[in-house]
Amino acid sequence: MTAALRFDPIRLPNECEQLRKEVRAFLAEEIAAGTFDPHQPNREDTDVPEFSRKVGARGWLGMTWPKKYGGHERSFLERYVVTEEMRVANAPTRRFFVADRQSGPVLLKYAPENIKMDILPRICRGEVCFAIGMSEPNSGSDLFAAKTRATKTNGGYLINGTKIWTSSAHIADYMIAIFRTSPPTKENRRHGLTQFLVKMKQPGIQVNPIGQITGQYEFNEVVFTDFFVPDDHVLGEIDGAWKQATSELAYERSGPERFLETYYVLTELVRAVGTNPDTRSAEGIGRLVAQVHTMRRMSVSVAGMLQAGKEPVVEASIVKDIGTVWEQQLPHRVRDLAAFVEETATNRETLEKQLDFAIKTAPKLTIQGGTTEVLRGIIARGLGLR
Amino acid sequence: MNGVQTREIRCAEFILCLMAFMPPPHAALRTALVTAMAFAHHKAQEKTAAGPGNISRDWHANLKSGNAVAESENIVAETAEKIFADLADAQTINRDSKGAWKTPLWQALTEAGLPLSWVDEDCGGSGASLAEGFSVLSAAGRFAVAVPLAETMLAGWLLAQAKISSPDGEMTVVPASPKDRITVNADGSLSGRARGVPFAKAAKHFAVLASDAKGSVSIALVDAGKCRIETGLNLGGDQSDTVTLDKVQPLTIKPAPKGFDQTRLMLMGGVARSLQIAGALESMLEISVRYSNERVAFEKKISKFQAVQHNLARLAGESAAALAAATSAADAIVNATSFNDEVFLEAVAAKIRCAEAAEKGGGIAHQVHGAIGFTNEHILHRYSLRALAWRDDFGSESFWAVELGKLVCNRGADELWPLVASR
Repeated sequence: MTAALRFDPIRLPNECEQLRKEVRAFLAEEIAAGTFDPHQPNREDTDVPEFSRKVGARGWLGMTWPKKYGGHERSFLERYVVTEEMRVANAPTRRFFVADRQSGPVLLKYAPENIKMDILPRICRGEVCFAIGMSEPNSGSDLFAAKTRATKTNGGYLINGTKIWTSSAHIADYMIAIFRTSPPTKENRRHGLTQFLVKMKQPGIQVNPIGQITGQYEFNEVVFTDFFVPDDHVLGEIDGAWKQATSELAYERSGPERFLETYYVLTELVRAVGTNPDTRSAEGIGRLVAQVHTMRRMSVSVAGMLQAGKEPVVEASIVKDIGTVWEQQLPHRVRDLAAFVEETATNRETLEKQLDFAIKTAPKLTIQGGTTEVLRGIIARGLGLR
Repeated sequence: MNGVQTREIRCAEFILCLMAFMPPPHAALRTALVTAMAFAHHKAQEKTAAGPGNISRDWHANLKSGNAVAESENIVAETAEKIFADLADAQTINRDSKGAWKTPLWQALTEAGLPLSWVDEDCGGSGASLAEGFSVLSAAGRFAVAVPLAETMLAGWLLAQAKISSPDGEMTVVPASPKDRITVNADGSLSGRARGVPFAKAAKHFAVLASDAKGSVSIALVDAGKCRIETGLNLGGDQSDTVTLDKVQPLTIKPAPKGFDQTRLMLMGGVARSLQIAGALESMLEISVRYSNERVAFEKKISKFQAVQHNLARLAGESAAALAAATSAADAIVNATSFNDEVFLEAVAAKIRCAEAAEKGGGIAHQVHGAIGFTNEHILHRYSLRALAWRDDFGSESFWAVELGKLVCNRGADELWPLVASR
């Protein structure tokens, strides 16, 4: 029989609220100083290295990591507050977000001590940007079909092949990638891939930007030609990357970034509608608010389970599934309601621009970081169907 | 069979041991629970292990086991669960055209003190906590219980707000819709009409919320026999009646506490319904998964078809959303120090989201079951139709969405995120 789904009503502890005030004050200062514009949703267009350093200086990167690596030994729930406040403010987090959420924890678990001592403190200071090298031209969701080879050579490996759709590769200092070290076996088609740390910006790596339908150049093709990776950059078990992938997904899949990606259009709609909404607008807004509140309560619940040392893989997949579908539909629902906004609304133009961008962004939300189909497969396995 | 018996006995013994260490105020409840456990144990001996009442046992035991709730909450919920498993088994009820299951079920619930969970001992109840009562409602939803348990609990709770003692027997609350109003006349009698009152026909007494010309709010205990009741049925086939009070003299009437109004009653009722819907969805997910693992089509179990798997994954998502929204709202009410915008958000969001989940999730459960799920003989409709019916009680999702939308707009755009993040 399947295990029951759990979504206990976890509340953020009091220390989080003090932290939230600090984060809001910091963001307000940065907005006032012109570092970023909270009404501008395409935050990834501006690369703001100094913002990353300031966030690091505040102690908001590597929050949950050990102090010996520059971390702050705070809780997942505190990290959650920082993440959601930054996301809602449209802060430019691209430079540090992947490293803080995903790459750092992988290094903590699998990197040799010298690498950890070198890189983790720099992530915490907001100095380094990470990319994730998973997809290839012929393997996307089918991760374990990856073909980019890592061939053993003296003191390390030679990498040949191509990664694609790699966000931030053009600005990244490092990439954590999976490469093929052995062919798959008959018994286990997932066998033969190994996780590596790759230092970017070196000969043998060519990064080609790819234009997206939003007008952005956020993802890239990354071509490796006889690129050398030293032995101590192997992360975890040779040929065993598949064992390392699943439990980390809970961290990647359940955060506030999985339902708040287009949230700004809801705020702007409320502004445009004004304080005295007609019935249709009120109902539409009411439903959307009820839905986002529920998403957030689910997401916080998963964060609480992670904090308690559990591995809520199915619950996290559910949060990403319904969270990303929700944030994908949100701009369309807001567009429905925006049709009734008065001509005199002062933020009409802002709302329209935001809607254009959000509607163009929407299709990627159910693809990146695990497609809806993959997620539903994971949920189905959790239900005992596969 | 032996396994089941052993487990029942151990469980009863365990609870008796535990009760010895429980803090004092729940003496009556403890006595009632001991009786109920013994009763449930006795009934379990008569059942076979394969009875459909056992379907959900592991699932629910699982659900409860790790919960960070007080032990006493577990005991209350487990007692309710056990009574439902033994006496409100969906398959048995579905086959029983004469309704013979109702009396023993209500009797067992009454003996366990569950209908008056939210009434203090000195007002005739069993003095369970709000949280304990909410966990009973979750269990009631998982079994799609069709006796006025939630309604009597709510009525007892409402009366207790004005320190009015609860009588024995079935009760319900009037009004049960945010649009209906009951008026206190100058002579102290009550007038007004309330539609969609659940189980009014079955109730011996009504807990009535009424206001006078000046807007002062009162809570009254009314003899159901003094009111005109036009019977009706909701989508689930349960009583949903129109109650008319024409200068009815209440048995007792007292002022409501300061700040208590009809919205408070509707939200409490709405959270109760949200928990019941979430519970019904849990069961719909469970029976749908089980059915898909049994039913063979095109020479394989239908659970092996990706289209079916993805439908069930979506049902799991809807069930999860309902569970999260409802338990969060219940938790918000349990811990509320005042009735503010945050508690309002929690309560109405639960009703809105659970109602949406009832539609989407119930639809998938039916799709997975195919034609068999559309029959009277199959138990699916007990959950799916009740979940749909419960959407209508204490204000529908569209009604509350308008109210929530107004609140959000009135606070202004820049206050939306602080409201959401406050929870």
